[in-house]
Amino acid sequence: MRNLPWIPLTIISVMLFMGIFAPFLTSYSPIDQSLPDKLLPPFWEEGGSIKHLFGTDIFGRDVLTRLYHGARVSLIVTALALLVGGGVGLLIGIVSGYVGGRLDSLLMRIVDAALAFPTILFALLLAVTMGQGLRTIIIAISLLLWARFARVVRGEVLAVKERDYVALAKVHGCSPARIMATHILPNVLNTFMVLLTLHVGVVIVAEASLSFLGAGIPPPTPSWGLMVAEGRGKISSAWWLSLIPGVAITLVVLAFNLFGDWLRDRLDPKLRQL
Amino acid sequence: MRRYILQRLWQGVILLVLVTTIVFFLGRLTGNPADLMLPEDATEEDRQALIETLGLDAPIHEQFIIFISNAVRGDLGDSHRYRTPVVEIFFSRLPNTLMIVPAAMILAILMAVPLGILSALRRGGLIDKFSGTIAVLGIATPNFWLGMVLIYVFSVQLGWLPSARMGGFEHYVLPTITLGTFLVAGFMRLIRSSMLDILDSEFVKLARIKGMSETTVVWKHCLRNALIPVLTLWGVFMGGLVTGAIVTETVFAWPGIGRLTYEAVIFRDYPLLQAVILMDALLILLINLMVDILYAYIDPRIRLAE
Repeated sequence: MRNLPWIPLTIISVMLFMGIFAPFLTSYSPIDQSLPDKLLPPFWEEGGSIKHLFGTDIFGRDVLTRLYHGARVSLIVTALALLVGGGVGLLIGIVSGYVGGRLDSLLMRIVDAALAFPTILFALLLAVTMGQGLRTIIIAISLLLWARFARVVRGEVLAVKERDYVALAKVHGCSPARIMATHILPNVLNTFMVLLTLHVGVVIVAEASLSFLGAGIPPPTPSWGLMVAEGRGKISSAWWLSLIPGVAITLVVLAFNLFGDWLRDRLDPKLRQL
Repeated sequence: MRRYILQRLWQGVILLVLVTTIVFFLGRLTGNPADLMLPEDATEEDRQALIETLGLDAPIHEQFIIFISNAVRGDLGDSHRYRTPVVEIFFSRLPNTLMIVPAAMILAILMAVPLGILSALRRGGLIDKFSGTIAVLGIATPNFWLGMVLIYVFSVQLGWLPSARMGGFEHYVLPTITLGTFLVAGFMRLIRSSMLDILDSEFVKLARIKGMSETTVVWKHCLRNALIPVLTLWGVFMGGLVTGAIVTETVFAWPGIGRLTYEAVIFRDYPLLQAVILMDALLILLINLMVDILYAYIDPRIRLAE
């Protein structure tokens, strides 16, 4: 317990707490407008009050309340995108590495292609053709993730499948599916966990960037990236609208990256070059 | 060498076909592409005319052939918003992007190469710690937010630099820093780690034993080899650069392709977005091909392999 990265863990816990208990932390609505209260500054600035700690936006909505609910959006998107994108990558990595041969070289070609092409372009296209929403953003971010997961997991599988217990399982007559599920999968889970943690930051930034570009979760649902975008035109008169959510994004991403680095050093030092 | 380049070219062509196919099918995923291709105020006659030109009443494989043959001839339709051919708009905006992207890359190289080398040479030293912190922060800070912080500090508070649009030299400073930061962080970490590997290798030890000066060892033996991983991971940087360009140009209202992409998204200008994506894909593949050739030039193991 001694070397736990306490600062990142604290930031992550605060974010989880904000996201999970968002409705109970505040009496304001993240969506309902209250125009008489619009553009109030944070409490430490002149004209601010402790009723709105981080001030209010152009529609009079409490910035702190929207931050809480935005954390919730980030958490949901992160969990689902990692589940879908990471899961697909894990599956393809295992099959590609274990089966090998033609299938492996075909799959790895596709992975190379996916890595070489900026997925944001497909994400934007998806937002326009399928419409903005949770489903679109999960698909878009999964497209970004799967290839990275598949490439690393496959490398790991190549090493694992040469082990004696895999050979023994084959001699015993285990089917390839069974070997992959019971002998290969458990041995790449460490790597998978490290990859998941290292990609939380990637997903949060991707979601924020898409929301900033008007291709994320549609307004009025608060998302940190959307909040920065909404404050863009008001940067000279109401800096808190865009700068505060940005601090939240940076802190959380930093915390997850540092935690991921720590976890990787503990569980899987081979992955250091990632 | 020739075989290597041909192979890369072939892979590029396959990727381009793949991207085109995906773009084509995504446009048809949600029902009738006529609804996507036409502006909201289009008349029934416009609609019929478009169905005719795109062959939308024909079977899907014929539509695909029409799409490809139009694309090859440079006809990707008209923008809803500008009412002019999308390809023309793309080329009118391209030069503006080509002005800040190289500037950001030069900034990244000027900062990342010396810092990467110095932090590898004096591992754990002050420079190493400083550049490590910069790298960690640079990776965690989203570009769009960094851009706005810079605007707030240098334009709003200090009033030193303009916050938006094109103009003289001072207009380039903030967009270049915003776009360059992402690259600086990545390059620096990569150069540092590959320099560390190489400093530890046999041929560097030999060079040192031979009594070569430290400068020669670092510049001639190490740096060239340390740059190889940067080129290998070029694709990953490219993705970041495209995202970065879209976001940076949006923040600074810079009239390049990035901003054009953003406009196409918020105005739901499908023909424009489709064209931007296809043209971007073509451009990216050309750049990747050039990087591959450069890569072969730097690394004799590829240049001389047959």
